[in-house]
Amino acid sequence: MATILEMRGITKEFPGVKALDDVNLRVEEGEIHALVGENGAGKSTLMKVLSGVYPAGSYSGDILYDGEVRRFAGITDSEDLGIIIIHQELALIPLLSIAENIFLGNERARRGVIDWRETEERAAELLDRVGLKESPKTLVDDLGLGKQQLVEIAKALSKDVRLLILDEPTSSLNEADSEKLLNLLVEFRRRGLTSILISHKLNEISRVADRITVLRDGSAVARLDCADGISEDDIIRDMVGRSLDDRYPPRQPHAKGETAMEVRNWTVHHPLHSDRKVVDNVSFHVKRGEVLGIAGLMGAGRTELAMSLFGRSWGRDISGEALIDGKPADLSSVRSAIDAGLAYATEDRKTYGLILDDTIRRNVPLAKLEAIADGLVVNPAREAEVAQRYRTRLNIKSSSIEQETVNLSGGNQQKVVLSKWLFADPEVLILDEPTRGIDVGAKFEIYTVIRDLAAAGKAIIVISSEMPELLGITDRLYVMNEGRFVGEMATDDASQEKIMARIIKSAETRKGEAA
Amino acid sequence: MTDITDTGASGTAADQAKASWRFLKTHLREYGILFALIAIMGFFQLATGGILLKPVNLTNLILQNSYIVIMAIGMLLVIVAGHIDLSVGSVLGFIGALAAVMIVNWDMPYLLAGVLCLGAGALIGMAQGFWIAYFRIPSFIVTLAGMLVFKGLTLWLLAGQSVGPFPREFQLISSGFIPDLLGGDGINLFSLALGIVVAAGIALFTIRARTREQKTGRATEPFVFFAAKTVLVFAALAYMSWLMADFRGLPNVFIVMALMMAIYTFITSRTTTGRRIYAIGGNEKAAMLSGINSKRLTFLTFANMGMLAALAGLVFAARLNTATPKAGAGFELDVIAAVFIGGASMAGGVGTVVGAVVGAFIMGVMNNGMSLLNIGIDWQQVIKGLVLLAAVIFDVMNKKKG
Repeated sequence: MATILEMRGITKEFPGVKALDDVNLRVEEGEIHALVGENGAGKSTLMKVLSGVYPAGSYSGDILYDGEVRRFAGITDSEDLGIIIIHQELALIPLLSIAENIFLGNERARRGVIDWRETEERAAELLDRVGLKESPKTLVDDLGLGKQQLVEIAKALSKDVRLLILDEPTSSLNEADSEKLLNLLVEFRRRGLTSILISHKLNEISRVADRITVLRDGSAVARLDCADGISEDDIIRDMVGRSLDDRYPPRQPHAKGETAMEVRNWTVHHPLHSDRKVVDNVSFHVKRGEVLGIAGLMGAGRTELAMSLFGRSWGRDISGEALIDGKPADLSSVRSAIDAGLAYATEDRKTYGLILDDTIRRNVPLAKLEAIADGLVVNPAREAEVAQRYRTRLNIKSSSIEQETVNLSGGNQQKVVLSKWLFADPEVLILDEPTRGIDVGAKFEIYTVIRDLAAAGKAIIVISSEMPELLGITDRLYVMNEGRFVGEMATDDASQEKIMARIIKSAETRKGEAA
Repeated sequence: MTDITDTGASGTAADQAKASWRFLKTHLREYGILFALIAIMGFFQLATGGILLKPVNLTNLILQNSYIVIMAIGMLLVIVAGHIDLSVGSVLGFIGALAAVMIVNWDMPYLLAGVLCLGAGALIGMAQGFWIAYFRIPSFIVTLAGMLVFKGLTLWLLAGQSVGPFPREFQLISSGFIPDLLGGDGINLFSLALGIVVAAGIALFTIRARTREQKTGRATEPFVFFAAKTVLVFAALAYMSWLMADFRGLPNVFIVMALMMAIYTFITSRTTTGRRIYAIGGNEKAAMLSGINSKRLTFLTFANMGMLAALAGLVFAARLNTATPKAGAGFELDVIAAVFIGGASMAGGVGTVVGAVVGAFIMGVMNNGMSLLNIGIDWQQVIKGLVLLAAVIFDVMNKKKG
């Protein structure tokens, strides 16, 4: 078998972070090559380098395609050679038809005038090849996610694809649709098409992949040949196999107090697809002085759980009970949730956390403006004092409190978000991916703040996709998968393998139920 | 206020110059608008051979722009909140017509009618804000509809005719001057004194604010700039009062305008409500997740805009001494242009009341100056359009660099 793609010694740095470190990837023609790794391991970055999203020159190392060194300046360069990526978030225009979407940017036209008959005939052919029985005139909006995924693949085929890259193609699909998609990939392989499959679902990978490359912390740590009969456990070990050194502040044992918050039978439906339960009958509690972790993969429903609790900011048809300090809590709006003593620091600080154009001074007190005001009038001296206090306490690296948050680094932006919620002084603080995309030093500082808060008797809930982080800073863990809590363990008894095993086991039980 | 500790405690002169330059670069926008106004006034003062700043013309300039300024203040809030209001011109016309019908046709006391008109304006704003805030209908659409509706209702109310004249007391809103309580001879001494007191008050206020900032280490403006700005503003206000005092004194409407400016500057910069409006315009999602009730604030912002449009409607009707079906046509564009020239951002979250007022006066001075130079209405439009474009391009480029 010939080698279609070889990426040699790829290194890609972002300010302060080395996203890829001397990564090698070799893909043989006609195989399904799986790329696995934890969130943040560098899979997407590697694929962006390959497709030219990060143009030649912005990384070091070589890309060899068909045996020649290629330097892609943009996506069109890689697409011209038949390298097509289908992203996790589909890039379809909902209010255009299937046929229009397939040929978007590549219209069947003569002198700028679209030939609709050819468009629809070719679209019908392509739909046939991906096994989608829909009229090419159907609007994409009217299709389910599984069918939309097939439209994306048909679009790739229309561009004479030779290397098809699928980024988490089944993450939002149900069992039947996933099955169909995987069968399609196998069918393509029979016809000689090469694909790279990025996935978390190891059972799917071991079913269809020929070879597996495992990424961890920006390095390729293993290349496995599925012909050798490897087990899911082997893959997991390679994915998470790193030691927990002193990247976490030492645990100071302190007594856990009363139950600070208890949630019973919490169920949340998707805001658009009201029949989909995104959070399914979840019950949990957290004690004062405790750092509680919620582990799970992206899309498990953790953020949705947190946001639905925090003033019903996400989802619809929310049911269940929430108690804070033993009393039923009014969480019907963000304001009342804050007043009840709950706070939620978002995973997406730029979209949901900060007023980017505003200064540190104006962002910090935002959730509790009344505390810096006399009646309706803001007291500038008190405001400055508060901002200055948190800037010092959390070591926010900035020229002054007058610096606009848009100009801060990720870690320091995160500290501003954290300051805002510390100032609101909640009893229960939910931190969603508190260290995503920030450097090691800032991570340590944030961990220290979390520990200090717990020691001061607050209840902290940490949602994280980085398992080492959860194991390093929490006292107790829940494992969440597909909307349900599928495991609970004391952190002292937990390990990454155990967490992964719970997730995979629950996914397989689900599959068993569905079958 | 002579110490310059904040410009780089132990810094040399060169360091200070560097710090000043850096500060100027990051705050180019705020000073730029003020410089632009001064430059434009200077230009027309020269080009018209000194007519621009003649007492009578200056008074006229204020009277002509008062209603635009009042509406620009309301529009600033709307735009900061991330919306737009296209209906203000029509609402102004409608309220003028309503006032005329109530006062002229029904002989209603003008004070009562005025209060009712302000209430009607607020109701109109609420009616539009309701759909925008609670049903998330884009403000562009809702207020475009409002623009058509109130233009139509104005025609209906006036039955296509002009209605007037208003009683003398009502006209005084626009054409009156504050009486000279000091009995000056040939010059309105009271107006002069009032102007100087107000100018001194503003100067004192800014100095006090800066002292407080220095105490908490927040002062970033180099002392030279601060001093220059304060002196300039004081001198300009004092000079203007002197000029107007020399004619007939400060117009009543000038007092109304100044009051609005003071009140809304305070609301936007010092109250929690103001803070929250900037926050929802800057990032509505983040603001909502910080417990800010964005719906109610949006609703109130539009109610306020409606009320200010009504106030402007009364001022305009009083100035014309009649309500005409055409009143207010196209004013919304002048108002919106003033706010953008004043540095507000289309995306919301950015802008100041003072900026919007200065923006309105830039437009006003250009209108006035070009008319004095006998430039036709055709070229006036072209030039005003280009100035608006240039101001916003300057903004965008300036932001990209920073």
